[in-house]
Amino acid sequence: MIEIQHISKSFGDKKILKDISGTFEKGKPNLIIGASGTGKSVLLKCIVELVKPDEGYVFFDRRNFTEANRNGKIEIRREIGMLFQGGALFDSKTVEENVRFPLDMLAVMPKDEKQDRVNLVLNRVGLKGANKKMPSELSGGMRKRVGIARAIVNNPKYLFCDEPNSGLDPQTSILIDELIQVLTSDYDTTTIVVTHDMNSVMGIGENIMFLYQGEKLWEGGKDDITHSGVEQLDDFVFANKVMIAMRGKTS
Amino acid sequence: MKEIGKYFIFLGYLFTNRESFKTHYSLILDECVRIGVNSIFLFVLVSTFIGAVSTVQTAFNLVAPYIPKYVISQVVREMTVLELAPTVMAIVYAGKVGSSMSGNLGTMRITEQIDALEVMGINSINYLVLPKIVASVLMYPLLVIVSGVCALMGGYLVGMITGILAPTEYIYGVRYLFNEFTITFALIKAVTFGFLVASISSYKGYYTEGGALEVGISSTKAVTTSVIAILLADYLLAQLLLSPA
Ligand SMILES: Nc1ncnc2c1ncn2[C@@H]1O[C@H](COP(=O)(O)OP(=O)(O)OP(=O)(O)O)[C@@H](O)[C@H]1O
Ligand SMILES: [Mg+2]
Repeated sequence: MIEIQHISKSFGDKKILKDISGTFEKGKPNLIIGASGTGKSVLLKCIVELVKPDEGYVFFDRRNFTEANRNGKIEIRREIGMLFQGGALFDSKTVEENVRFPLDMLAVMPKDEKQDRVNLVLNRVGLKGANKKMPSELSGGMRKRVGIARAIVNNPKYLFCDEPNSGLDPQTSILIDELIQVLTSDYDTTTIVVTHDMNSVMGIGENIMFLYQGEKLWEGGKDDITHSGVEQLDDFVFANKVMIAMRGKTS
Repeated sequence: MKEIGKYFIFLGYLFTNRESFKTHYSLILDECVRIGVNSIFLFVLVSTFIGAVSTVQTAFNLVAPYIPKYVISQVVREMTVLELAPTVMAIVYAGKVGSSMSGNLGTMRITEQIDALEVMGINSINYLVLPKIVASVLMYPLLVIVSGVCALMGGYLVGMITGILAPTEYIYGVRYLFNEFTITFALIKAVTFGFLVASISSYKGYYTEGGALEVGISSTKAVTTSVIAILLADYLLAQLLLSPA
């Protein structure tokens, strides 16, 4: 479980995040949704302190991350798996070396076991046989999937995914969503997924936080999202032609 | 001033939360190979030509008949060992290796590769920068030796080809009144410059903010700052080590 309290962040005099609090629970995916540029990625980075929040606290299973010392932070970070919006693959390493990297650096296990683990996760993201490719040879969607494989290879306690299925075709998207959901419940992971894909929201959105221009306007489950009564959220949810027509009928 | 403080804090992080020696060992080797491959051709080319040109120009300036010819190669030797090989080549080194180090780290920064390391709990400064600095401190003195030899060879060849001075005279001059300390001094300079170029370029690259454009700007700044640091350090070292006690 991750708890955030009163997180605020400005860049220069531009306020990006405004007093955001919330709880992300174990065992089911937690979604952060919102339009482009509302601060979803910045919030995710504030939680792991890649961006230092101006105010507020973050707790990982009641451990105060914000006020932990350097070693305390490292200890918690070693339990984190993170997918970056752009993939963030190490471009001098092959796919296999990228995925194995967290194991090489952090895990103590025999070489064969590492290799098995790497092949297993590559298989799960549908990239069997891409082991020896370089990141520059991959498509955008493939990079993303290698990023996911790298994030989950070490069985993290906390999994962060920044738009895991942007740039993927609908079918692969569903596959990735399901993978995230299964891993989350199987290993009782605390998972936070940033997305603006309504398919994901309706698929795995059990616990959703809606951000609008740096503010948290709503939270709840997918069953309530269509009748939240929040104007901005309705604009976000019903943002395609079919949905707009439906919205017309329901209201 | 603030920048200098930040630079020293950056250097401090090199040694906190270290990765294992085994991890670093292979990273340092990779980095050494990269530095060598990157710069050896340019070093040989530039220093051979500088050696040759210095010989011709020194000969041109020393026309008086009562000055023995071997003085030419003696002068070329002093110039090469004291200034050409360690200092002038350091500027070439900054342009070639420094800018590539800075570009490499800058790209890793803007594509979030550094963030990815940090979020795994890895000290990215230690993991990425320490091997670069160690490799540079090891490799640059070697490159200086290579370029010293090439410069003297260049002079030798041009002397022989143009007949300015005979090979035996040249060799005699190179050995005449040779003070070993100048070699030690050159190597001390080389280690210092190797450290300065790698650390300053890494620093500039590591703290790149923005996009591809900024990576280029960081590389340019890395070279400029390295060159200034080299020249300052050159002067300080000369004051410290060569001034008559
Ligand atoms: N390092 C930074 N310096 C200055 N401004 C930044 C920085 N990072 C993000 N921002 C600004 O913060 C705002 C939110 O950015 P963020 O990346 O969190 O958006 P997002 O919600 O993830 O959007 P998207 O869905 O397009 O990824 C943007 O206006 C962006 O310009
Ligand atoms: Mg984003």
